[in-house]
Amino acid sequence: MFNFSIVTEWIHNLLASFMPGWLTTTAECVLIGVGLLLAYSLLALFYIYYERKLCAFIQCRLGPNRVGPMGLCQVFADMFKMLIKELIELKHTDRFLFALAPYLVIIASVLSFACLPWGRGLQIINFNIGIFFLIAVSSIGVLGILLAGWSSNNKYTLIGAMRSGAQMVSYELSVGLSIMTMVCLAGTMSIPGIVEAQADGWFIFTGHIPAIIAFIIYLIAGTAETNRGPFDLPEAESELTAGYHTEYSGIHFGFFYLAEYLNLFIVSGVAALMFFGGWMPLHIPGWEGFNDIMNYIPSPIWFIGKAIAISAIIIWFKWTFPRLRIDQLLKLEWKYLLPINLFNLVLMVLVVVYNLHF
Amino acid sequence: MNIQEKIAGFFPEASFEEGEILRICIPAEKFHELAKTLRDEFGYDYLVTIVGMDWGESLGCLYYLMNTADHSQISIKTSTTDREQPAIDSVADLWRIAVIFEREVYDFYGIIFVNNPDMRRLFLNIDWVGYPLRKDYDENPELNPVSIENERQSDETYVWKRENGKLVKHTERVFNDDDFVVNIGPQHPATHGVLRFRTAIDGEIIKKIDVYMGYIHRGVEKLCENLQYQQTLHFMDRLDYFSAHNYHHGLCLCIEKAMGIEAPRRAQVIRVIMDELSRIASHCLFIGTYCMDLGATTMLFYTLRVREQILDIMERTCGARMTFNYSCIGGLMADIHPDFVKDVKELLAICPKNVAEYNKLFTGNIITKGRLEGVGVLSHDDAISYGITGPSGRASGWACDVRKTHPYSIYPELKFEQVVRTEGDSMARFKNRMDEIQQSVDIINQLIDNIPEGDYCAKVPKVIKLPEGHWFQLVEGCRGLFGVYIESKGAAQPYRLKLVTPCLNLASVVDHITRGDKIADLITIGGSLDYIVPDIDR
Amino acid sequence: MEMKEVTTKSMPYDAWQDNEYIEKLVQELRDSGTNIIVGSLDKLLNWGRSNSVWPLTFATSCCGIEFVSLGAARFDMARFGWEVARSSPRQADFMMVAGTIVNRMVPVFRRLYDQLAEPKYVIACGSCAISGGPFRKSYHVAKGIEDIVPVDVFVPGCPPRPEAMIYGIMQLSRKMKVEKFFGGVNRKESRKEYLAAHPEENC
Repeated sequence: MFNFSIVTEWIHNLLASFMPGWLTTTAECVLIGVGLLLAYSLLALFYIYYERKLCAFIQCRLGPNRVGPMGLCQVFADMFKMLIKELIELKHTDRFLFALAPYLVIIASVLSFACLPWGRGLQIINFNIGIFFLIAVSSIGVLGILLAGWSSNNKYTLIGAMRSGAQMVSYELSVGLSIMTMVCLAGTMSIPGIVEAQADGWFIFTGHIPAIIAFIIYLIAGTAETNRGPFDLPEAESELTAGYHTEYSGIHFGFFYLAEYLNLFIVSGVAALMFFGGWMPLHIPGWEGFNDIMNYIPSPIWFIGKAIAISAIIIWFKWTFPRLRIDQLLKLEWKYLLPINLFNLVLMVLVVVYNLHF
Repeated sequence: MNIQEKIAGFFPEASFEEGEILRICIPAEKFHELAKTLRDEFGYDYLVTIVGMDWGESLGCLYYLMNTADHSQISIKTSTTDREQPAIDSVADLWRIAVIFEREVYDFYGIIFVNNPDMRRLFLNIDWVGYPLRKDYDENPELNPVSIENERQSDETYVWKRENGKLVKHTERVFNDDDFVVNIGPQHPATHGVLRFRTAIDGEIIKKIDVYMGYIHRGVEKLCENLQYQQTLHFMDRLDYFSAHNYHHGLCLCIEKAMGIEAPRRAQVIRVIMDELSRIASHCLFIGTYCMDLGATTMLFYTLRVREQILDIMERTCGARMTFNYSCIGGLMADIHPDFVKDVKELLAICPKNVAEYNKLFTGNIITKGRLEGVGVLSHDDAISYGITGPSGRASGWACDVRKTHPYSIYPELKFEQVVRTEGDSMARFKNRMDEIQQSVDIINQLIDNIPEGDYCAKVPKVIKLPEGHWFQLVEGCRGLFGVYIESKGAAQPYRLKLVTPCLNLASVVDHITRGDKIADLITIGGSLDYIVPDIDR
Repeated sequence: MEMKEVTTKSMPYDAWQDNEYIEKLVQELRDSGTNIIVGSLDKLLNWGRSNSVWPLTFATSCCGIEFVSLGAARFDMARFGWEVARSSPRQADFMMVAGTIVNRMVPVFRRLYDQLAEPKYVIACGSCAISGGPFRKSYHVAKGIEDIVPVDVFVPGCPPRPEAMIYGIMQLSRKMKVEKFFGGVNRKESRKEYLAAHPEENC
């Protein structure tokens, strides 16, 4: 399998050959930043299109098909539109916080986006507690949402933000614990380390029962983390018009919109990383020919493909289930998911200690 | 001893007008006592409507009451000659829905109801000049200009009390000073139109709701007074636009009754088929929008499939997708399309399958059960006191289907069940509508092969003049009891045309059954009641 | 700026009904002239604007139900990218005034219009919104919304069929295509100017 570190090494050496050390680092940072933002926005646009098409498929419709081939340019049109819309200033609001909130949300989402393992040797942020860092930065987002709701001086946004705060803080626990369960199995917190540990088989297979339980919990909690249906209470359209971003217009709203979709990708990306081997191709022991063919598929395609497939499940949830009520939502987390999760963690420890995994 | 003699025994001052429905005329002083006697002694526990009237020299009200046990009806007439400060005793302590009905009469006629706990205007702004349904109302638009300035609002409400023989106005507040009031509506996705709930909440818990109406009050009743009878028909399409056929049917029946004619049998059969088709379409849309309110958007698209199919059938015959204007006085506007029978049969074949699909997708879902079961319980007695009819009333155990209680047209010949549940929660209301789709399918099945040949419209004069008198007709709309009251002075236009719509009751019960529930439950409950806002405001 | 015939995919120019109005706009554009860079940018942005028209979920009566049908599978406005109906006026591009506007609704409606973010458009949908329709003689109905807000497209009917609504929104999108964005649509009052003109708002 092609190792992308060769490319990155080559660029580094090329830059270092005519630049001083500090400038090389700066140039690399800029390059990576630009690449990251480009990938971020393109992926978000793709996701918007993807969800619209998928939801149309579920609802027996066609979905966007007029703008560009198969409606592919629809999202670009939306983006141009959003960029030029008026940014409405509100009276009696904290303008600094009001403007800050969408940036906090998008920064949290970009930071966690940067942690994902894109392919063999294609890793932007890599240190030994990578997965911990990812969880930490992703929780900045809730701060943005709270600020957005609070600073808008609107009762709907306030209720939306409070709901969102309660929900995200609760479900973060489940996400964290189910990831911890898998960290137990991997024995490392470094993201490339976790991926490497799945070279002989994805965790969902090698970890069998506890891994499957952890995956189901992760999927539920991850859906709640992204504020998507059936957990979309913070922006429950029929209750709170548009929830915490009711008062945002133009590109500020666009940031929330993009972050929402990108968070979907991040949640599915982490699921792919923790349970489905990150960029690791599908290997079946004994089937050498098959494994070789799988190895030919480049690693980023494996990773993105897995993430998109998992997203499809989450999107499917949204368009099928009705919404929960806030008390039911919290009951689900604190009364069911959390105890099951703790028990599952113990189970995983036993599995690891007695070497019961494959 | 019949009821008339009994009442005469109690109230020697009462006079009686015989008719289809017995009318008791009583002076205003004795009125409250009579109402209380009728409710407690004679079992008239359901207040169908209060019709405000302006007879020129006097202002007054007609109260239509129904006994829910034997379905007999009675009406009371009371009036006052004081046009400056007309006052009648309130019956809000006897029937809870009277609070809203009396506010409506106050809004239109300026009649003050003494002891009504909430004597505000209902549909019009608080600074509106004049009472529009009075015969001497000044329609000059300069008196009540269209303003783009924010409406003047007040948190105050008034209670009129009789003290030492004089009327005294007491001022009370709707909300307390420390209430956190969230304004839900008028432009809000969950209110199904332009209804406004001023909701006092405590965290997520609802403390009180003040239902604010009138954002689509179009004054249909006043408009009808200046139109000929045929011209009044088309407004029925635009009240509850899902029961257009049913409402047409009701008004036509009332006018036909007054003229003493009957539609040909072919017309009657087709009218009933159309009624039931619109009931299926309406309930399908209800299921769809309700699920969408709860977050399951996809159901809307599945249910609208059936609705589109029904609209196709109707379009072929009536020529329109929504405002059909199909029934006319004496029968129908036009004959059915040659493919009508074939199309309807196709629809009947797929309907049960679709209902099964909806049940599979939504009803059995664990989240749905959690959201709907036990939420917004309306007890049997409250349902009657608030006059909640239709599928919502039947979910509370009140068998109130007009097709059974006061059968009209060819309904007595048809076999169908009245769907009644006793839970009274949102789930019961939801399931009732699901089951009613099946009942409607059964009804159409009995009729579709037996549409008799013959004329589709009786001969009626070009200009219809009703004799002097008054008529009251009830039909079952898709959301409950729909009544028409016509009073004629012998002219080509009605002297008074009152429309009794079910949705006004549905909207006014929201406050009662949401208290103590969460904001999310407001959506569940409001959705399950399924009110149509233009039907509330008229 | 060179302007071709303004039309959309799979709809020939001759099939449109009121080309005079659009041609007038095109003529105005040609007469005023513009600089090549701004012109090309205009074109790009107008392409985006005209293809991404998000409605505000606003319905008062019967026409609103036809608007729901418009979103459903048979008419499927998602094909054109209009299905992102926003409940918050801040995020919507146009409002489809579907239904009667009565006296009491007028201030609310006006406020909703004011809350829409620029560039904003209004479609008067159905005879009630256009003129008051069958309720014109009523004491409590606004006689057409044109007195209250500027209207871009009128869609007649009672209620209009969903096809008519599609046509109406397509006309709106054509109008967007021939508007001048820079120095035209995007020109708005600055906060300072507004406060100078409305001293009572200064707080």
